[in-house]
Amino acid sequence: MSERMPVSEPPRARARALPAALPRDLLPAIEPERRVDDWGRSERLEGIFDRTAVEFLYRYLFRVEAEGLEHVPERGGALLGANHSGALAGEAAMIARSIREEHPARRPVSIAVDGPFGAYPFLSMLARKVGCVSTHPANVHRLLHDERRLVLLFPEERKGTEKVFHRRYRLRRFGGDRLAAAAMRAGVPLVPVCVVGAGEASPVLASPGAAGRIAGLLGLPLTPTLPWLGPAGMFGYLPAKFRVRFLEPVETASTGSDPELVNSVAREARARIQAGLEEMLAARRSVWFG
Amino acid sequence: MSAPGVRPARRLLVTGLATYWGGRLAQALESFPEVEAIIGVDTTEPTREMGRTEFVKVGAQHALIERIVRAAEIDTVIDTRLVVDSTAASRSDTHENNVIGTLNILAGCAGAGSPVRRLVFKSSAHWYGCEQDDPAFFTEEMRRRHPPRTQIERDIVEAEASVADFAGKRGEMTVTVLRATNVLGPGIETPYTRLFALPMVPMILGFDPRCQFVHCDDVVRGLEHAAFRDLPGVYNLAADGVLALSEAIGLLGKRPLPALPPWGTGLVAGSMRRAGVPFPDEMLAQLRFGRGLDNRRLKATGFRYRQTSREAVLAQAEELRLRGVKAAAGEPYRYEREVEDFLRWSPHVRRRPGPPVGPDDAAMFDPAPPAEDP
Repeated sequence: MSERMPVSEPPRARARALPAALPRDLLPAIEPERRVDDWGRSERLEGIFDRTAVEFLYRYLFRVEAEGLEHVPERGGALLGANHSGALAGEAAMIARSIREEHPARRPVSIAVDGPFGAYPFLSMLARKVGCVSTHPANVHRLLHDERRLVLLFPEERKGTEKVFHRRYRLRRFGGDRLAAAAMRAGVPLVPVCVVGAGEASPVLASPGAAGRIAGLLGLPLTPTLPWLGPAGMFGYLPAKFRVRFLEPVETASTGSDPELVNSVAREARARIQAGLEEMLAARRSVWFG
Repeated sequence: MSAPGVRPARRLLVTGLATYWGGRLAQALESFPEVEAIIGVDTTEPTREMGRTEFVKVGAQHALIERIVRAAEIDTVIDTRLVVDSTAASRSDTHENNVIGTLNILAGCAGAGSPVRRLVFKSSAHWYGCEQDDPAFFTEEMRRRHPPRTQIERDIVEAEASVADFAGKRGEMTVTVLRATNVLGPGIETPYTRLFALPMVPMILGFDPRCQFVHCDDVVRGLEHAAFRDLPGVYNLAADGVLALSEAIGLLGKRPLPALPPWGTGLVAGSMRRAGVPFPDEMLAQLRFGRGLDNRRLKATGFRYRQTSREAVLAQAEELRLRGVKAAAGEPYRYEREVEDFLRWSPHVRRRPGPPVGPDDAAMFDPAPPAEDP
């Protein structure tokens, strides 16, 4: 198991909250007969979902164009941190698809999802089957450090999907700096990702803080289709052009994880995403055609 | 790989001899020639045939354990008596066994000049509970974020707390806690084996939880592994691989039946329970959220699981197919004190060399006793 990535072990102080360094070679072997992995991801269902809904959105509705894929490592764990701009988080599936489709190693991506991940019937079951995990720090750590996978995280947490339309490309505070902390603890590179287009594909007309809570909308934002069309409103996207840009990784492997450094890495990642977004927005001529 | 110090156990006491685990473990331990004495205690008579294990019947509270321990100079106590299925006994019996019984066993091992050097406590993954914000894989040092929801969880948390307290106070004694996940395999009856025996397996509509299993032979081997080694602390006992419940049902060759609604599950489960479908309270949360355990800590001590979760489910499928045949074949074992005494002590019994080992058990254990670690 040689790996080109330098990997630092988490120091003892932090290991208290997280799994102590457990040997990687003792991870369960993969059973080739199985079509579901230990996280509950189902090859079959993911395939169906990928060939239908994701394919349609990626190719025809959003016409996603991805650049900078060379910044996503071909082997080893890496944490992708992206901005949220729309209400319905279609960007997660688009980023994952672009790596699966256009990256030379065609790596699968685990999507870390916030909120009461496990609580909703059907929704949480489907989410897990197509490759989502909850953002529990232990989950992210195991995926990145032990299983050396790609994890996509939205560091703005829920605040990201509550951004009202006119603030859609303004990054919110990165919640708890967990993006930087997770990458540094696992000793993996942190790849900032900018997504433009999602803010127009599912614009947030009012955040739940303003009108939604009064209407008792279970914390869902107001969009052109939600809640007017009921659950079907979850799939109501406008045909905005998506551009995804992977930026140069913020190296974290050598920095250890003292709180000062965590903050500076988090600030750097945030600044890079914000700068990338502004550059992409400045170059964009049309919301619908790019 | 960390090599824990090896201090071979010679004189062992197994509690819960009449339970599945106590009986299986005692049978397994008999095959080790360096074990001088195996004493088994329980409140009821053993349900499995044993060669040289001595059975002592005790009261429900295990109050007189200390006298047995001292008289027999026991160096290792293996406590397999914990009840982890709320449908197995009444609430008060379960509480008495799990909480008060544990306290008395700990008291029996303590005391100045106690010969006990090692305590192995079989606990359950119910200790972790089951909530929607759980991590996908529990490791041993994680704390519960929510208070226990069911009676059985409360009991297990309380029992483990007294064991941890005991371990903290008595530093010279090695205390091992093994948290076993849901067990499958031939011969054992658990809520999951009963669930899987139904013609269609009920699920909660809209949920397909992750579930992990461990084969019963691996649990016995794990207890045995801990009995012969110094493994202080808590260890998860769960096989490799976490399945989706629908995947497990497919392996069993059955069909899922999403009969439980996502809301009001408890009510419907309650009425199904009255109709005879086995749904203990502690299982409902598992059918919704599932649970996975990280098993690497025990593996790092040199233990190897023989079966994965998937293989445990396949073994269960085979067991289900053979169940009718097996029930017709053999007569169940019956304990009769006089016969056992005769077999053990009468000068007229011709004893074969070597301890008797059941044919299915013989192949299961490592031929070499666990003294290979430096």
